Amino acid sequence: MIGRLPIAKMFAATLVLAAAISVVMLQINWNGQEASTAAPKIDTLLDVMIVISAFVFALVMVMLFYALWKFKAKPGDESDGEPIHGNTRLEVAWTLIPTIIVLFGAGYSWAVLDEIEEPTKNPITVDVFSQQFAWSFGYPGKDNAYVEGELHVPLDRQVHFKMHALDVLHSFWVPEWRIKKDNVPGITTTAIVTPDKPGTYQLVCTELCGLGHAAMRAKVVVEPPAEFRKWVAGLKETIPDPYLEVIRRDTETDPIPVGAGGA
Amino acid sequence: MVAAIKQPGWIRGLFGAVAAAAFGVALVVVLREVSGLPIWQTEQTGYPHVVVPLIMAPLGFLAGFGCFDYWLRWAAGMPTIPDDHSQHGAKSWKDYFRFNTDHKVIGVQYVVTTFIFFFIGGLLAMLIRAELAQPGSQIVDAATFNGLFSTHAVLMIFVFVIPVFAGLANYVLPLMIGAPDMAFPRLNALSFWMLPLAGLLFIGSYLAPGGAFDAGWTGYAPLSTGAPLGQSFFNLGVQFAGASSIATALNFLVTIITMRAPGMTFWRMPLLVWANLSTSLLVVAATPFIAGAQFMILFDRALGTQFFQFAGGGDVISYQHIFWFYSHPAVYIMMLPGFGIISEVISTHARKPIFGYRLMALALIGIVVLSYSVWAHHMFVAGMFAWLRVPMMITTLLIAVPTGIKIFSWLGTLYFGKIHTYSTAMLFSLAFIVTFTIGGISGVMLGMVPIDIHVSDTYFIVAHIHFVLFGGSVFTIFAGVYHWFPKMTGRMYDEKLGRVHFWGTVIGTWGTFIPMHWVGMDGMPRRVADYATQFGEWNLLISVFAFMLGAVQLVFVYNMVVSWRFGPRAGGNPWRANTIEWQVSSPPPIFNFDEIPRVVGGPYEFGVPGARHAIMGDEKAEASEPEPTVVGQA
Repeated sequence: MIGRLPIAKMFAATLVLAAAISVVMLQINWNGQEASTAAPKIDTLLDVMIVISAFVFALVMVMLFYALWKFKAKPGDESDGEPIHGNTRLEVAWTLIPTIIVLFGAGYSWAVLDEIEEPTKNPITVDVFSQQFAWSFGYPGKDNAYVEGELHVPLDRQVHFKMHALDVLHSFWVPEWRIKKDNVPGITTTAIVTPDKPGTYQLVCTELCGLGHAAMRAKVVVEPPAEFRKWVAGLKETIPDPYLEVIRRDTETDPIPVGAGGA
Repeated sequence: MVAAIKQPGWIRGLFGAVAAAAFGVALVVVLREVSGLPIWQTEQTGYPHVVVPLIMAPLGFLAGFGCFDYWLRWAAGMPTIPDDHSQHGAKSWKDYFRFNTDHKVIGVQYVVTTFIFFFIGGLLAMLIRAELAQPGSQIVDAATFNGLFSTHAVLMIFVFVIPVFAGLANYVLPLMIGAPDMAFPRLNALSFWMLPLAGLLFIGSYLAPGGAFDAGWTGYAPLSTGAPLGQSFFNLGVQFAGASSIATALNFLVTIITMRAPGMTFWRMPLLVWANLSTSLLVVAATPFIAGAQFMILFDRALGTQFFQFAGGGDVISYQHIFWFYSHPAVYIMMLPGFGIISEVISTHARKPIFGYRLMALALIGIVVLSYSVWAHHMFVAGMFAWLRVPMMITTLLIAVPTGIKIFSWLGTLYFGKIHTYSTAMLFSLAFIVTFTIGGISGVMLGMVPIDIHVSDTYFIVAHIHFVLFGGSVFTIFAGVYHWFPKMTGRMYDEKLGRVHFWGTVIGTWGTFIPMHWVGMDGMPRRVADYATQFGEWNLLISVFAFMLGAVQLVFVYNMVVSWRFGPRAGGNPWRANTIEWQVSSPPPIFNFDEIPRVVGGPYEFGVPGARHAIMGDEKAEASEPEPTVVGQA
């Protein structure tokens, strides 16, 4: 049955179409600017998936349109098709091959996940407080410096954001960092980011939190360590006592994934 | 008047609703008085004087309408109403507005009612796109906007996609397995009548002080527990829609397991029957979870429980676990029946047996099993225990395997067939393969934790769910409605208008939902009334296509309504299909069959010389001696 199909030509057409789709799709930087060490890793994973997906999509398209072109009934033809009920080898193939592909994807994703969440030796901790509809940030230390609406972090140093929601759920997202994490009342959630491009970005709330959700933004500045230290030293306010109470009260979750070594 | 109140029907139903609501208010007043609370509420969100009547009034309506008459008389030891079939079948259009136990009447009631909700939900989508056409606030404020997308999603999911499949299957499935009706016809009627009540509760929330529920269709705590009164309408509407779903699923299970015609073994069931068997297994086990979750939210709101309040010892994230333990299987509840429809349509119009029938059925069961083990992929960034992410990622990606089997088997069915594309149902089925493949691909990407961390809660998600729910489920619904329209109405629809509707819908779907992937990856979050100006041009384009997509649905309505009244008469089997529902007249006789058919072979034996699926009662005599050749799935 398969022998009667131009398998080589169909496969060639699939490869050509997949290559064409991949080339076009890979030209575009879908996720926008990359400004953390995690970003290129995630974007490469996306690119690999785009190529695999282009192949799958091309295969389905070639199979579909070849069938529509070749096996379309002539007008007035009321006869039936051939009584083919299946083909065990083909069915085994399209069960096993996709299984292998998705398991590869899962393994690769797992590896990327471990890499982007790997803690380094000398991280800096920043407290994030979210409430309807504003962000504020604390820099724990001797002065417990505190600031509203503007986040500064040093360049090329891993930041552990310890996040605390004061009312409802919020979500912390800087698109250029590719990192997102919900802020949950009662839980300290953690996001790990190593910013590697200086500049000004926007922190966006991505969990529906009420009327002002769309406007819940904050400015994010990534700057060289010296400037960062100067900026923190210049902060007048300290973390308010109720917020310190929140930090003590919130139960910690385990931010380190299984297999990342060293929980 | 007194006579009207004694007779089950609309007047007694409305009377029952008012009486029950009054009883509800009285109950609240008395209980508050007894427990020493001020009689009129002062709590900000509880509103017991509204919530309790909202529970009672629909029950009062159902009782008054006659949904419980038979059971209550039996339970009370009164003489039961003689079963003269007066509640069965439709002799005029008025019978569609009564408590009716005929599965064909109920099927039509379901489909028409759910499509009304589809159009209301669609209008809300048009308002959403009008607001989002340009950055900034133009036509609605943020509060209204949050209500719009919440009610849009809830109407589409709970009172359109899920029940419309139940409606189509209600009509077709008993005929397909050679049964005279569903196993529990009165329960079937009750299931239907709960559905418009759920829809009315959802829409009625617009009348509540504070506006419609606006915490999204997911209703995450604690935003939902602190939301204004409208949220309670959602909590309660879900109960009625869910109870309707569960009762129907039980009905399907019992019908499929016990009422198949002689000779209809499991391996001779059409794939639509397999699909509804799988869906019903999901519904009966998963739907109670969302019912429970919404009751817990309601109790937090009205009774001061602290299930999801951190300050009171509750746990915020547990809501999401319970919610998605239903709502991920719900994705398959909204897709598996559509898979069944596509199998029927493609096999019939390609004149070919389904390729790999048994693997197709097993893939459905595989999806059922796997779908219970993937819920937390909605929560990769939710702050849940981190170790759960990788196992859930693996199961999520694995579920692409049975889904892929289905896609490839449909394609295989086309090969060496005689493909007819004159029917709009077939066009929608073929387009479904393309759009669903894209939705599946973006689903696999979302299943990968690192990619999900970036695009979760963005327009990429909105794009994905609309590709699988509109390009997926709704395309299959259109295919099903066009395919069985001649059977249900006895008339043919207009294929030219069908083609206009088809091409408009396909172009509209792609134009609307493809660019949403891009703006999402580039940084636009979902559920926002306003967005950064850099996304303005894409959003304008999305809105233009969305309006076109909305407008072209009017062609569908015109085609359906006018063809139902004036279309040319349909024969019993216009598509020359093999399954049993096509071997009776269109529309079928009131009790489906004079004599139960005998099944002698597989349902898709196109091209097999002498093969038969079923022998109908009136031809049994002639066909009695040489046993027909049975090939393939015998």
